[in-house]
Amino acid sequence: MLDPYKIREDFPILKRKINNHPLIYLDNAATTQKPKQVIEAIKEFYEEHNANVHRAVHTLSQEASELYENAHEEVAKFINADGMEEIIFVRGTTEAINLVAYAWGLRNLKREDEVLVTLMEHHSNIVPWELLSKINGFQVKYVEVNDDGTLNYESFENAISHKTKIVCLLHVSNVTGVITNVKNVAKTAHEYGALVLVDGAQSVPHLPVDVKDLDIDFLAFSGHKMLGPTGIGALYGKREILEEIEPFHGGGEMIRNVTFNTITRRCSISLNDLPWKFEAGTPNICGGVGLTAAIKYLKDIGMDNVKAHEENLTEYTMHRMQELEKVKIYGPKDASIKCGIIPFGVDDLSSHDVALSFDSYGIMIRSGFHCAQPLHEKFKLKSSARASFYIYNTRKEIDWFVEVLKEIEHF
Amino acid sequence: MNTVEDYVARIEETCGEERDFVVILKYDLKNQAIAKILKKAKVKKSISRIVFELTFKNVSFRLYGTGKAIFRNLKDKEELQKVLADLLL
Repeated sequence: MLDPYKIREDFPILKRKINNHPLIYLDNAATTQKPKQVIEAIKEFYEEHNANVHRAVHTLSQEASELYENAHEEVAKFINADGMEEIIFVRGTTEAINLVAYAWGLRNLKREDEVLVTLMEHHSNIVPWELLSKINGFQVKYVEVNDDGTLNYESFENAISHKTKIVCLLHVSNVTGVITNVKNVAKTAHEYGALVLVDGAQSVPHLPVDVKDLDIDFLAFSGHKMLGPTGIGALYGKREILEEIEPFHGGGEMIRNVTFNTITRRCSISLNDLPWKFEAGTPNICGGVGLTAAIKYLKDIGMDNVKAHEENLTEYTMHRMQELEKVKIYGPKDASIKCGIIPFGVDDLSSHDVALSFDSYGIMIRSGFHCAQPLHEKFKLKSSARASFYIYNTRKEIDWFVEVLKEIEHF
Repeated sequence: MNTVEDYVARIEETCGEERDFVVILKYDLKNQAIAKILKKAKVKKSISRIVFELTFKNVSFRLYGTGKAIFRNLKDKEELQKVLADLLL
């Protein structure tokens, strides 16, 4: 079991006071705080190794290239991919999903095809497919969610067919924290010849994820939700699929040669190897370095311990919240099928009133749709308040959170 | 002469079906702004200067001692600007 009190010593921001109260940060599903190891790695990169990567012969560029390539290797190992060729660095989960939509989907989805998504998806796994369907004319079909926020597997099995070319679903809901059995979904999807794209934004930071065990084709996730800097994330793709896909962005770095034919007066291009053929332009080198440090930090703790800590904290919090008369927790009450996310409401108060009230006491939570409006419509909610946990949150913080919640419900 | 912008740092339209507006007062002038608002608006209830439930010209809102306020059921940002001008100027 991890020791959150010891871990907190690594997070300078947690020493802050906000509105004269010690900061309690419970907005981890939006972004996580950064340990000094990540901050130092970024600082060291700019102070010691900063240069552009690849195709330079000088020492600094070689150092930067090694660090950047190593970051791909570390990400690959973290999710048990087959090597850095399967890891494309992007800005975050949203860009990763868009990459699949426009690099693979634009060329492969035809009018008669179907794309399956679920009703609990983040907008980033709905909007790209809806936008692309306006170009290619395929149908986007939505898989139902049960009343408790879990995936309706029967609806999935009814919806999938040989017309389905890709199933796009989240691993962990950013609203309810529900963990979806993507392994089962992938098995069924593959029986129908469909690919599987998993939004891992809320799973990769919080539980062990093994792409081989899950047997998924794509996995998208963000560095900033797992202690890393903003602006860096990764798309995992099975090598044989990535090799077949044309690039999304064109430019430097992603090509091997651009040769001008004096007769046709056109340029012909040959593409770089994986993963660089998908990484046009100067990449976020420093982001990769920061992400490497974040992964090392998480690996040292152990992802099983991260999961166990969150489960423990979630169970404790839900138990304490159920003491409160006017507070309603949305989604399942069983912490073992969730990550550390609790959506809730307080009587007739808007979620923003709730969040502003918490803010007065130095407690940061999120309010609104959390970019999952269809799921809120399904729950018939105007919005929800959301507390989400990570490795540095403690029971002591939860006790204060519940005390403040008691005051809020009685205002 | 003062303007609304002298007192207001940011206005955020909330995400959710409610479409409320959150007004964040400038830190340096927040006490002055809060005093002005409390002078004009009617206090329905309050908790020891941490939060005030207020009404002003049929507009209901909550004001927090932290210098934040949430305005409900306004038509648009323009209407909010008018309310803020009436409250602050």
